[in-house]
Amino acid sequence: MAKQVLILFDRCVGCRSCQLACAVAHSEARNLFGAVVGGEKPRSRVFVHQAGARKGPLNCRHCQDAPCIDACITGAMHRREDGTVTNVGGAQTCTACWMCLMVCPYGAVVGDEAGTAAVKCDRECKNTAGVPACVKACPTGALTYGEVDDFSARRREDVLRRVLA
Amino acid sequence: MKSADPAVREMLEEAGRQGVETVWDRYEAQLPQCGFGELGICCRNCMQGPCRVSPFGDGPSRGVCGATADTMVARNLVRAIAAGCAAHSGHAKHLAHALKKWAKGEAPAYPVRDEAKLRAVAARQGLDTDGVPVVDLAARVASLALEQFAEGEGPLPWTGATVTAGRAKTLGGLGVLPTGIDHVVSEMMHRTHLGVDADPVNLLLGGVSCAIADYTGCHIGTDLADILFGTPRPVVTEANLGVLKADHVNIALHGHNPVLSEVIVQVAGDMGEAAVAAGAAGINLVGVCCTGNEVLMRHGVPPATHSISQELPMLTGVLDAMVADYQCVYPSIVGVAQCTGTRIVTTMGMAKIPGATHLEFTEENAVARAGEIIGLAIEAFRARQGRPARIPPHRAKVVAGFSVETIVAALAKLDAADPLQPLIDNIVAGNIQGVCLFAGCNNVKVPQDENYLVMARELAARDVLLLATGCGAGAYARHGYLTPEATLEHAGPGLKAVLTAVGEANGLGGPLPLVLHMGSCVDNSRAVDLAVALADRLGVDTAQLPVVASAPEFKTEKAVAIGTWAVACGLPTHLGLVPPVLGSALVTGLLTGGVKDLLGGWFIVETDPAAAAAKLFEAIQERRRGLGLATRSW
Repeated sequence: MAKQVLILFDRCVGCRSCQLACAVAHSEARNLFGAVVGGEKPRSRVFVHQAGARKGPLNCRHCQDAPCIDACITGAMHRREDGTVTNVGGAQTCTACWMCLMVCPYGAVVGDEAGTAAVKCDRECKNTAGVPACVKACPTGALTYGEVDDFSARRREDVLRRVLA
Repeated sequence: MKSADPAVREMLEEAGRQGVETVWDRYEAQLPQCGFGELGICCRNCMQGPCRVSPFGDGPSRGVCGATADTMVARNLVRAIAAGCAAHSGHAKHLAHALKKWAKGEAPAYPVRDEAKLRAVAARQGLDTDGVPVVDLAARVASLALEQFAEGEGPLPWTGATVTAGRAKTLGGLGVLPTGIDHVVSEMMHRTHLGVDADPVNLLLGGVSCAIADYTGCHIGTDLADILFGTPRPVVTEANLGVLKADHVNIALHGHNPVLSEVIVQVAGDMGEAAVAAGAAGINLVGVCCTGNEVLMRHGVPPATHSISQELPMLTGVLDAMVADYQCVYPSIVGVAQCTGTRIVTTMGMAKIPGATHLEFTEENAVARAGEIIGLAIEAFRARQGRPARIPPHRAKVVAGFSVETIVAALAKLDAADPLQPLIDNIVAGNIQGVCLFAGCNNVKVPQDENYLVMARELAARDVLLLATGCGAGAYARHGYLTPEATLEHAGPGLKAVLTAVGEANGLGGPLPLVLHMGSCVDNSRAVDLAVALADRLGVDTAQLPVVASAPEFKTEKAVAIGTWAVACGLPTHLGLVPPVLGSALVTGLLTGGVKDLLGGWFIVETDPAAAAAKLFEAIQERRRGLGLATRSW
């Protein structure tokens, strides 16, 4: 099963390190100082918001039944073999019609700096160990990367430890 | 590679075996570090924050109060300068109080040991010295020194008397000559408070003023330490962890201020018998960081290690006590000491570490406290008998003690009437292309010492005279660069000839060391004194000299302040790490370019040491061109 970016919302402190790391991973320079000095404006594809008293990150869920793929008029949005949903490298080029942006239930699609294409999490950010940039950057472990069943197993274990201990 | 120092590498392996955590482990655990902080675009100056500005234009462009990235970066930078200035000036004030207390008869452990320096400083500051007894003059100099801290009327006399007239005019014209050291620190805290100074250029000028106050504090620190403890003269000793001795009571003197360590050096000389009675062969004092540099320069106490490797001497298993005053002392040493049995002793009321033994030190109780501290070390020596010793076999010869007075005296052997003339002749002839001062720390983000070593070899090979202070000088000490042998190995033909001529004229039978150790980080003022003497002799300003500075592995806020005053003195100044300013293109541009038109100096940020050496060499050539001297290409 493909690994997913899974979120422990209780652990998010709202530092936006994931956003910065995502943007840098999608810059030409691929490093913070180089991107800033080079005047680049890479967009982050993970978002941190305040919801009442809570803080939390959100990014593309790479849904199995992905509305953005269904809605894409040009055929740019597609699913790669590894399960990643992306509008880069598809049958056609994104025309910025924003259908994907309108249908995404999570608001995980945004426009690029020039407003000429949709951008979203494309997993083109993994380090040599295969870890996405946002996960690597998270100082509190709010963002995790792993098998979904492992995530829920850990959650069950936590619950049982609290209940039975 | 974590460190270029083989002794450090060996001890890191030991740390791994024992499961002892070091600075390198903690740095790894911190990665990745916060990008907003790295760029300087995080503000925590009010309770509406913390605020961050997006570096990529896809988030907020202002903090809650409306401060832009330019304002935030400038405010954060000048706050760092203010902290650095506060540290150096606290050190200097401490010395002034010791001198004053001695003059009042309250601190007999602190007599004036260098009357000539006392009289020279007093005369330079315009005090009447003729026939004035030492005690009275000491009281006057101490009072005058303390007067530099409060807000006075007009620019500080201690600044004005120690820079060139041209520099004073340039700085005065910009309105950045400070009127009080503590006053300007206080003003920078005021200006960076919510809703005060939002103009990044104005903030940076304030930062320059604060940096000049830092320079002044450093100068007072050096002057008073020389008066109290003696102006350094040449000393020969050894450096690195191999200076520890398993059969001795080993005591490391760590921190920055020589006020306590000087007394420990004296008292240790009287307590040898107590150590012998405990089964030791004697007491072995070693240095760590700049307290180590202070006692190296004046007493030849061997430096054990510096800066980021400060935890490691304990892992030899033979360090019985580590005595700390303040600055750059990692609180983590207590944790390591719990594994090794070393007694960590803190001594300053304003610098305690949880888990350490605190023996509060005052000028009045110095001798008694020094005895108690050594007594604790002797106890620890007894307790460690039977435990293994793992002292790395690495130690290097060190020739240090190069105060300006020492350098001028050495040059006087070539030309007694005009000691600076031989230096000037050789700069003009190109045998010496220029001078580079290496200052600053180690930084865990750089393989320890590597930038210092690469840059020294590159520049020395091209006939650049090298000076060093602080943990930079410590790096050169541990790697054998403070030796005549290093001169023979690394110096270019011109530099080698000059250092050999001076060395032989002084009866050394060989050259001066490749790098001249001028003292602790406070003693960067000594390098300015040398530059000012050269500039005055040539009738130019320090901003015209082929003199550059480099902080290739800087770490502290003190280093930020020193770097800024080096630029304010007109020196092209290299930084080997990127300071947290890139979040503002305006501030970055000013520091690396625009400031040159105002001050003559500017920052050269280059993380590759070979490339940095090339850039400094080019800056030296630019200065030579300006003076009408022959130039060379890299």
